[in-house]
Amino acid sequence: MDLPFLYETFLTLISAVPLTLQLAASAIILGAVLALGLALCRLSGILPLDWLARAYIFVFRGTPLLVQIFLIYYGLGQFREVRQSMFWFVLRDPYWCAVIALMLNTASYSAEIIRGGLLAVPHGQIEAARACGMSRLLVFRRITMPLAIRQALPGYSNEMISMVKATSLASVITIMEVTGVAAKLISETYRAVEVFMVAGAIYLAINFILTRFVAIAEYQMSPHLRQPASLRDVPAAEAR
Amino acid sequence: MKLMKTAIAAAFAALCIFATGAAAQDKTEITIATEGAFPPYNLTKADGTLDGYDVELAHYLCDHMKIKCTIVAQAFDGMIPALNAGKFDAIMAGMSATDKRKEAIDFSISYGSTGQSFATLKDSDLAKLPMKGELFSLASNEAGARKAVEEMKPVLKGKVVGVQSASIAARFIDEYLKGVVEVREYKTTEQHDLDLLSGRVDFIMASMGYLKTAVEKPSNSDMIITGPRFQGGFLGAGSSVGLRKSDTALKAKFDEAITAAKNDGTLKKLSEKWFGFDLTPQ
Repeated sequence: MDLPFLYETFLTLISAVPLTLQLAASAIILGAVLALGLALCRLSGILPLDWLARAYIFVFRGTPLLVQIFLIYYGLGQFREVRQSMFWFVLRDPYWCAVIALMLNTASYSAEIIRGGLLAVPHGQIEAARACGMSRLLVFRRITMPLAIRQALPGYSNEMISMVKATSLASVITIMEVTGVAAKLISETYRAVEVFMVAGAIYLAINFILTRFVAIAEYQMSPHLRQPASLRDVPAAEAR
Repeated sequence: MKLMKTAIAAAFAALCIFATGAAAQDKTEITIATEGAFPPYNLTKADGTLDGYDVELAHYLCDHMKIKCTIVAQAFDGMIPALNAGKFDAIMAGMSATDKRKEAIDFSISYGSTGQSFATLKDSDLAKLPMKGELFSLASNEAGARKAVEEMKPVLKGKVVGVQSASIAARFIDEYLKGVVEVREYKTTEQHDLDLLSGRVDFIMASMGYLKTAVEKPSNSDMIITGPRFQGGFLGAGSSVGLRKSDTALKAKFDEAITAAKNDGTLKKLSEKWFGFDLTPQ
């Protein structure tokens, strides 16, 4: 094993990490907003909205992300109308094309995860809140949403992790994120195994940190599963 | 029992001798990799079959060497590691024999040299780059080439250039125009053509042979070749057959076959058919 080469590769690849993180973060955040909207459309009970969301999810979940990236980047750029439209200043830039493709893709998966979370909120809790006199909006904000997030979090963390890895596909539209830089290094040095090993380790490290954050969030959101702090340290005699 | 053991040992020994004997013999069947997306060197026809200068020449060379060849399409950027991993035995994909590549694999003698040039859109201000069509060799006239680049710099400043990833054009931009232009790297040359047409890049740099066919495509009618042409030095003596370093016998055969193709006019005939000009290395 050539340690100096691995170290040099690591230094080159680490410089591309901010771009990978930026891509993943913008796609996840924008995608989550779109996904919430889609999930609410699905549950709205209004037929046209429901079917619109169904069709969207069907298309974006059923086609490969790579194809979506190619269509948005090379496909849209071929039309003169698109090139002359006001959207061109966004679509001209490979970075925004990648963010849009990743966002649209993750939104379709996340919408179903959020819908599942919302549907899993026990009916009795909503009824109890209504009985206390809370308005529908207040019930949604205080009861439904926090419970839905708690229930959707394990599934949603999967989606976040797969988004971090999916940013590697952005390298096909000239974006020099970790995989893009790795591919360039390989074609310069012809040492595929070493370079991909380092790149894989970098993704592993990013996702390790991400899963830790999700674990902390999960802990914070489930106090009902922990022993109440006030009782833990009280000696048995005093507790009586 | 002892007899059986002896028989097995004898059979095994015979197998070993046979196996080494076969390996030492000359290959009668090889697989050649090409890209199938780099016209006119190699291209994939509408019916899915491969064609082009590389492919036709490969057939000629194989006939000459009396070897049965299978030609397969492969992604260009993983070809050298795949050759060394034994996925195929030779590369004919318009690949230039550069020093960097020579560290990893061996090359036959050159079978065609076109040089590198630029292309842009008709209505771009780069369409009037100086020294259009002039040829500069990095090997014999490095100073002249440098002077030509200096003359182009004011026009090129701040522009975006598209090149194929890890190509010699990419290295040229890196060595001569670093910091002057912004570089975007593409997996295939067809992708940088698309981005040139859509206005994402201002100009592209690629092999003259490639550019010549690219501008003739109906969909690329707005594209024109511009500026000087560079060759030699790290731009390579031209396209060569890439071979594993251990396959010295195969290299000798390819060298001999290419020399024959050069002498009997096959290189001239095929290059004029596919490129419209003579590529025979002098």
